[in-house]
Amino acid sequence: MREYTDKIRQIARRLLEEGKVDRVIGFKKGSMPMMNEPCVIRRPQDADQLIWDGNCGINLANYLTGAKDKVGVVAKGCDSRNIVTHIIENKLDRDNVVVIGVPCQAMIDKRKIAAAVDGEISEVTETDDGKVVVRGNGFEKTFDRAETLQDNCAICVHRNPVICDEPVADPVPEQTDVDRYADIRAIDAMSDAERKAFFDDMFAECIRCYACRNACPLCYCPTCFVDESRPQWVGKGQDENDIRTFHFLRAYHCAGRCTDCGACERACPVGIKMRVLTRKLEKDCKELYGWEAGMSVDQRPPLDAYKPNDPDAFIK
Amino acid sequence: MGLEPGRLHFSWISSAESTKFARVAQEVTEAVKALGPNRHFLKEKAKVA
Ligand code: SF4
Ligand code: SF4
Repeated sequence: MREYTDKIRQIARRLLEEGKVDRVIGFKKGSMPMMNEPCVIRRPQDADQLIWDGNCGINLANYLTGAKDKVGVVAKGCDSRNIVTHIIENKLDRDNVVVIGVPCQAMIDKRKIAAAVDGEISEVTETDDGKVVVRGNGFEKTFDRAETLQDNCAICVHRNPVICDEPVADPVPEQTDVDRYADIRAIDAMSDAERKAFFDDMFAECIRCYACRNACPLCYCPTCFVDESRPQWVGKGQDENDIRTFHFLRAYHCAGRCTDCGACERACPVGIKMRVLTRKLEKDCKELYGWEAGMSVDQRPPLDAYKPNDPDAFIK
Repeated sequence: MGLEPGRLHFSWISSAESTKFARVAQEVTEAVKALGPNRHFLKEKAKVA
């Protein structure tokens, strides 16, 4: 990770010095363990604030929406696919962005780690031999890094950036033997009543804070449907139907666009696993249209292109 | 999502296809009536203390 950090700083400094970019968006160390913060660097001498480790799970494409200046951005595989999606959706000009591509070694899950120790964590360090050392008042515990990964990273098949101007390292091997949809198939197989109970339980704790929406680079509408009041598409309270309407619609708005970056789940203060919704749509897009979001700037997404052989068995 | 299969229908009808529109409307009405009243995704009146 140290090499990644050094290389990112070096690239950012050079891009700013050469005037290739007006700013670089990356991560700096957060004030709490496992909470790196997005940061914007405008002067070469500030590039040393940038860091890289397993806590850079926030999707920085979210900060690029509508950028008109020249921006350098540190991007993992998933972030790069969201940058591609931004380009396809005319939210960003390819010429305005310099992608500092990070071959991703997967992010660690702050919740899994917090749940596995007793007491408040004061320091989390990753070692070069694949361990995560967690320290707090009166305890120290070591985990295998592979056991602490975010759910989406554990099943990720696109760790390397799909577009990259400034590579931070050589590509990492991609995972090939992962089953991305085991849980989705289980939900598909449920009876209607079971599925309703599953979702009731899943959303019971949602406080409608919209952190999941705000963390997502896809959610860039000036006024989100949940915030509109004329007409008011969905009630604003804790009614279970309103909560479900919000979640289902949010997921549908991400259909064919979601890259499973996990920023939504990471942001949720109550730990709701809403990626099952977007992954169901991801699975459908893959099976029906052979589509994976954000893989190429030259391909139109299935929801905005018509093909005579599009499947239409559900339409009468 | 909790809605039973058969409650939600999709169709593609051109503005020139009046007979198809009438037929589909009838079919949908019958299919949904056969399912009985909807029990899911219903918002009850707000409970005010
Ligand atoms: S819906 Fe969640 S996983 Fe998908 S792109 Fe948005 S933040 Fe990432
Ligand atoms: S972040 Fe979590 S609690 Fe907040 S609206 Fe999203 S699912 Fe609900």
